[in-house]
Amino acid sequence: MGVENILFIVALAVGIGLFARQVRRIARNVRLGRDEDRSDRKAERWGVMARVALGQGKMVVRPVAGIMHILIYVGFVLINLEVLEIIIDGIFGTHRVLSFLGGFYDLMIAVFEWLALGVVVACVVFLARRLVIRIPRFKGREMTSWPKRDAVYILLIELVLMGALLKMNAVDQLLQERGAEHFVKAGSFPVSSWLTPFFAGMDTGTLLVLERVYWWAHILGILAFLNYLPISKHFHIILAFPNTWYSKLEPRTQVRNMPRITEEVKLMMDPSADPYATPAEGDGAPPERFGARDVQDLSWKSLLDAYTCTECGRCTSECPANLTGKLLSPRKIMMDTRDRLEEVGRNIDANNGTFQDDGKALLGDYISEEELWACTTCNACTQACPVNIDPVAIIMDMRRNLVMEESRPRPALTTMLTNVENNGAPWQFAQSDRMKWTEE
Amino acid sequence: MTTRVPTMSELTASGETPEVLFWVGCAGSFDDRARKITKAFVKLMHHAGVKFAVLGTEESCTGDPARRAGNEFLFQMQALQNIQVLNGYGVRRIVTACPHCFNTIRNEYPELGGSYEVLHHSQFLNTLLREGRLKVEGGSFRGKRITFHDPCYLGRGNGEYEAPRELLSKLDAELVEMKRSRAQGLCCGAGGAQMFKEAEPGDREVNIARSEEALGTAPAVIAAGCPFCNTMMTDGVKHFEKEGEVAVKDLAELIAEAADL
Repeated sequence: MGVENILFIVALAVGIGLFARQVRRIARNVRLGRDEDRSDRKAERWGVMARVALGQGKMVVRPVAGIMHILIYVGFVLINLEVLEIIIDGIFGTHRVLSFLGGFYDLMIAVFEWLALGVVVACVVFLARRLVIRIPRFKGREMTSWPKRDAVYILLIELVLMGALLKMNAVDQLLQERGAEHFVKAGSFPVSSWLTPFFAGMDTGTLLVLERVYWWAHILGILAFLNYLPISKHFHIILAFPNTWYSKLEPRTQVRNMPRITEEVKLMMDPSADPYATPAEGDGAPPERFGARDVQDLSWKSLLDAYTCTECGRCTSECPANLTGKLLSPRKIMMDTRDRLEEVGRNIDANNGTFQDDGKALLGDYISEEELWACTTCNACTQACPVNIDPVAIIMDMRRNLVMEESRPRPALTTMLTNVENNGAPWQFAQSDRMKWTEE
Repeated sequence: MTTRVPTMSELTASGETPEVLFWVGCAGSFDDRARKITKAFVKLMHHAGVKFAVLGTEESCTGDPARRAGNEFLFQMQALQNIQVLNGYGVRRIVTACPHCFNTIRNEYPELGGSYEVLHHSQFLNTLLREGRLKVEGGSFRGKRITFHDPCYLGRGNGEYEAPRELLSKLDAELVEMKRSRAQGLCCGAGGAQMFKEAEPGDREVNIARSEEALGTAPAVIAAGCPFCNTMMTDGVKHFEKEGEVAVKDLAELIAEAADL
């Protein structure tokens, strides 16, 4: 085993180790949310995941972006098979270890090269949409400097990775032709062969060095990219799968029940309940607050949603409130939730595993009341989201906190609520007049 | 003119059971415009010989606006009281002309102990037509342009896009779709308790945006399937001063008119 193999094994171990640590941090943060059972109806959940994440079913609602996205997605998934070969070669010092597959190997490499070209084309189109055409969906109050740069970095990194792969193959095939040591004749190179003229004039020694440079650039690039994912919106390539599996399966407009309140209301309505009964022995913990003021009050699924969001803005571009100039942007709700959750996570890390009150909260410091009260709960956002994120769940939880903990609904809503309470209708009409329409 | 509508308590007192309970809803009971929808639907049910009843003064708000305004206590008090009444009468089948009542009773009551078969009136009317209990032939709407505005709580919320369109197809009218329809339909702006508050600051009102889109199809009629959408679209049409040329009508009103009722 040569020095190069040892270096590779160290790089691989460090890269994967650091990634695992970041994944654990994110999993810990998601678990800060409240319990919610989303493990029922498993068969249906696999179906949703297969359709929405694996099959990209909701992406193609917008054909241009959808088809380009599928190109990158399929390219990345399949080209990872070649990464498997690179890892084996790197550990054992072999070269193109899978080449014994013969004709199938040739076909495989040819397909990967075409896919790599597809990825390059799609990345260029995506960059143009963001930087040249400037599609309105990618703008907005929440699209500040970092989210914009993040998107561009991802596309550039993908271009660099595909470039390294194709250049590596171009040099490799020249070395194969020249019969260089170790370079077995293997693979067919329909795309990288266009690049060989650039390298043909170089001597074999230079090519041997270049081949190594591109090989290392490709694999180190992939390891670096892997560790970029968890701090980037690009983490959606992994979380899209669990997030769709845990999708809300109930009708979109069904609001999640609060069983604790059901118990209390039932007790209130029960004529045989003893009004002077002492509460059952609890563990002395203060009762859970109603609704959500901060990220820890949200369901863990809302927190997973926040990490899954890739800031595409399909939600915001269909939101009636946003379209008519209101402050609300469902994408911002998700980004704020993630940013606050990251802040809370850092706070916990800095304080030996317990959260120290920092005087801030998701409600107020990140998301304003004006945004929350602009929502019509029409669910255009949940319909539009390609990975089944639910911003309405967060909005509802925060409205519940505003009303039940802070007693701060919009003034007109106070009137409506009083009417419902006093006369069983949102307007000031007497319940005894409910049949008046039959008399006119 | 009075409309003869039996209540559950009357029917129960005489030992009878209706085939369906008509949940009138607050808008349907109190709102001037929505009461016309209620009456049109009742006429259709009488005409088809449907044995139905209402809860009358025993009906109370489903709690939808309270829940969406964040007051879960009030929602559950309303829900549990209504469920007590409904279960007390042994109600199994409910029809309503309001997608918000429809959504709440259908989806949110079962967890609280109230499980019923719940139908939107467009679904119910289709059943009557299919069973031949109701007959409609184009009538005054033949060849007219009609566009349908999908209520969020019926369409996106509960996946019902076809029933209203199937009903409209009976009018022999020219059904024109807006650019954003079905799953992509734009909200009228009333949902999520917005109906009962001022809109938050913005460039324009949601109902103006939606009405503009509806008017863009040059319709004679904008069809609605929700009393709140109806109000919002009516106001929007007035905003563009088109109320002389374009009518906003509920599905039940269109069918009743076509059936000459």
